[in-house]
Amino acid sequence: EEEMRRLAGVEDEEKWLAEGIAGIQHNAFFMHRALDANNLREVLKYSALMLSELRTSKLSPQKYYDLYMRAFDQLRQLEVFFKDESRHGLPVVDLYELVQHAGNILPRMYLLCTVGSVYMKSKQAPSKDVLKDLVEMCRGVQHPIRGLFLRSYLAQVSRDKLPEIGSEYEGDANTVMDAVEFVLQNFTEMNKLWVRIQHQGPGTVREKQEKERNELRDLVGKNLHVLGQIEGVDLEMYKETVLPRVLEQVVNCKDELAQYYLMECIIQVFPDEYHLQTLETLLAACTQLMVGGLSVLSVLPSTILPTVDTKIVLTQLMDRLSNYAASSPDVLHEFLQVEAFAKLSNAIGKVIETQIEMPIIGAMTLFVSLLTFTLRVHPDRLDYVDQILGACVVKLSSVPKLEDARAMKQVVALLSAPLEKYNDIVTALTLSNYPRVMDHLDDGTNKVMAMLIIQSIMKNNSCISTADKVEVLFELIKGLIKDLDGTDTEELDEEDFQEEQNSVARLIHMLDNEEPEEMLKIICVVRKHLMTGGTRRLPFTVPPLVFSALRLVRQLDSQGGDITGEEVSATPRKIFQILNQTIEVLSSVPCPELALRLYLQCAEAASDCDLEPAAYEFFTQAFILYEEEIADSKAQVTAIHLIIGTLQRINVFGVENRDTLTHKATGYSARLLKKPDQCRAVYACSHLFWVDDIDGIKDGERHLLFHYSPLLCLRRALRIANAAQEMANATRGSSGPVTLYIYFYEKGNPHITPSDLQSLIELINTEMQSDDNGNRRTHSDPFFTSTLRYIRFQKQKGGLIGDKYDLIKL
Amino acid sequence: MVLVLALGDLHVPHRAADLPPKFKSMLVPGKIQHIICTGNLCIKEIHDYLKTICPDLHIVRGEFDEDARYPDTKTLTIGQFKLGLCHGHQVIPWGDLDSLAMLQRQLDVDILVTGHTHQFTAYKHEGGVVINPGSATGAYSSINQDVNPSFVLMDIDGLRVVVYVYELIDGEVKVDKIDFKKASTSTSAP
Repeated sequence: EEEMRRLAGVEDEEKWLAEGIAGIQHNAFFMHRALDANNLREVLKYSALMLSELRTSKLSPQKYYDLYMRAFDQLRQLEVFFKDESRHGLPVVDLYELVQHAGNILPRMYLLCTVGSVYMKSKQAPSKDVLKDLVEMCRGVQHPIRGLFLRSYLAQVSRDKLPEIGSEYEGDANTVMDAVEFVLQNFTEMNKLWVRIQHQGPGTVREKQEKERNELRDLVGKNLHVLGQIEGVDLEMYKETVLPRVLEQVVNCKDELAQYYLMECIIQVFPDEYHLQTLETLLAACTQLMVGGLSVLSVLPSTILPTVDTKIVLTQLMDRLSNYAASSPDVLHEFLQVEAFAKLSNAIGKVIETQIEMPIIGAMTLFVSLLTFTLRVHPDRLDYVDQILGACVVKLSSVPKLEDARAMKQVVALLSAPLEKYNDIVTALTLSNYPRVMDHLDDGTNKVMAMLIIQSIMKNNSCISTADKVEVLFELIKGLIKDLDGTDTEELDEEDFQEEQNSVARLIHMLDNEEPEEMLKIICVVRKHLMTGGTRRLPFTVPPLVFSALRLVRQLDSQGGDITGEEVSATPRKIFQILNQTIEVLSSVPCPELALRLYLQCAEAASDCDLEPAAYEFFTQAFILYEEEIADSKAQVTAIHLIIGTLQRINVFGVENRDTLTHKATGYSARLLKKPDQCRAVYACSHLFWVDDIDGIKDGERHLLFHYSPLLCLRRALRIANAAQEMANATRGSSGPVTLYIYFYEKGNPHITPSDLQSLIELINTEMQSDDNGNRRTHSDPFFTSTLRYIRFQKQKGGLIGDKYDLIKL
Repeated sequence: MVLVLALGDLHVPHRAADLPPKFKSMLVPGKIQHIICTGNLCIKEIHDYLKTICPDLHIVRGEFDEDARYPDTKTLTIGQFKLGLCHGHQVIPWGDLDSLAMLQRQLDVDILVTGHTHQFTAYKHEGGVVINPGSATGAYSSINQDVNPSFVLMDIDGLRVVVYVYELIDGEVKVDKIDFKKASTSTSAP
């Protein structure tokens, strides 16, 4: 029904417009006849009648404009007539007097303005006087729409007659000041008319009025454009006269729509250098703008008052100034000279302070704008950036707990901006307020921010190289490092948790310093933080720490002994102590398999550094874990192989130590659960007794010992294999030792004779032919087959190898 | 022409943050038909990343791998070649060619690919080939003091395989290649 009414209203308006247009055309026709006849009396009569159509109050601004334009066109022709005294015979002074007798004020004023235009052109009176006269007389029309269009007409016809500098109208009596004065006055009156169209009342009416307001706003704004264009309005005049007067009207009109629009206009119309120089005044006005609730209309509970979005105004201003700064480097000193940053940050502070109703998100948005400005205009002023963060901290401290998600997003934007700008986390780390802002984030967002920081580091391949900076960094990301008060890691999704911890792990490799002393400090700082992580985090974070330390050990070892002779703390021995304590912590998790691997890595590194006691200690720890903690049989197999593999490479041990460890390894190998596993492990142990590299031997006697024991191992392996003959794939157990025999045979171990090898091969061959029941086997063992193939291949080689194998008959 | 990417021992995040950027930009999805990986990734993220380069991913277990379900050894046939894959920490002494040759015989393959030493090697051995693609991230190794990031790309064409090794040395990617030709289509014979 409302829709129908609205449509009916539109239909009516169309009708009235049509009527108005018809009226204008009708009277214009007669007016033209009178013009042709140079009949002034008739001209005035019909022009007045024509202009009376503009007296309507039934039309919306859009439609009124249509009507107005038709009248406007006619008035142009009228002006031509008025100008030519020969046609009507009246001096313009008299004409000016005559038209004032028109019956109704609106037609009277339009005619007066038209004549006034001619009057000014004739220069028979100073244009300033005529302008003053006209602008004041227009006061007679107080209807908003009619008045606005009338004054708009006045502005139009007077535009080229303003006494600007360089214009023909300039003189002693007429100055730029007069021009400015005229425009200011017209502007003020127009604004007053404009705000009278209040948006009050129920929904649709208010909407309609707001729409009308917006359609009319350019009429008002045009005056500001003109002020911006007048020749002779320099910075001085702008500062002293133009801006104060305009702002006075803006603030005093107490109308949100007007304030917002006009502030926008001011910012857009006038040059940026002017804004810089009048920054304080502009900002002061901003702080006085309307805020919802302070208007008299707040008594009406059903209305929702729009507030002037000061934030947007300020942001627009800052954006313009940022672009201005970017336009040329010479401009920057102006910013410093007027202390732009200080003024802006004060204004923002004030706005936030006075607008107590402003939600946190509003304040944060402002800070983000200011930070954007600062990063563009004063990127080198980290103290400014820190200041903004400081103000943010203060504001955040005023609320007990930040719960608004959008506000939180803004805070993240605030913290991300320096990261993106500086591309170097190290710079952000120097901002003292940065961690304080992060403290105010809720735990979830804190972790999001921490991840962003890590991502920034990874993306930029940044390297954090001092212990101090590492300390700050780990404070910042503490949400990832440990459980913050009130959080429960159990709540977190497993995948997310792993992603987090793996990110922290990767981060550790970005911490580096070539100076060993400093690097050790870094490692200690990281260790301190990681130890607070709890058992869930340690398996992720300890390994990278360990390997980071091992890299340092290697670096120290390759650098040789310390040259200076000074007391240093960064020694391999010291680092191994730390490593031992660190890996030990994993027992609290517990993750013995991981710990065992790490101990073995350290053992090998200690051996490379010639630190026998340390290497032995690490092996001890590994064995203890094997004995006491690793029960799963599959895990045991892998673990014992790792022990054997590591031990095989180690050459730092003296006889006793090596003996102990070797026999322990062999013993455990033989006691593995499954026979095939036992077999393989034991013959792997055979390598522990054989040292290929003669130079690696420390003790001549040991060499002899090693000559004997591989055989013992092999025999043991074979015994185990034989014991497992019952099993179908038992031959696999046998073929292994065969190849090991071959291996040592080729290497020249004197205790493996060709006949040993021969009998073993024959044994297996027999096994291969038939199974336990004496039935012929259908499948051959491929491993054994390929071993035989290998022997044939070696026989064909000729030379020493060929000779060796010649003795083996297949 | 079949392209096979062989790489491993990335040790992310235990010993390295990520693959070198220069390698990452070279490993473009859609160019490679198979990936064989010697293990020690160590985390699922790397597994997923490799899958984006090529969905046909074959991987064996390294001693630091997070996923314990990867097999210890794997064999597959690509064209005329039988390939074997094993991390290598199971073969003692670590890196010993003869011991690896035993494994090759045991698996009965033409090309054996293993890792663990973080040292690129490619040997022709008894009619077969033993390849170690090294560590794709240049991760710390107790075995090898001087590790440069490296990986291998094999171009298998009929009876011929060209092994390209990519190594990152002092910030530059250096490429080398080795040619191998198989004797016949039967399993490796002298």
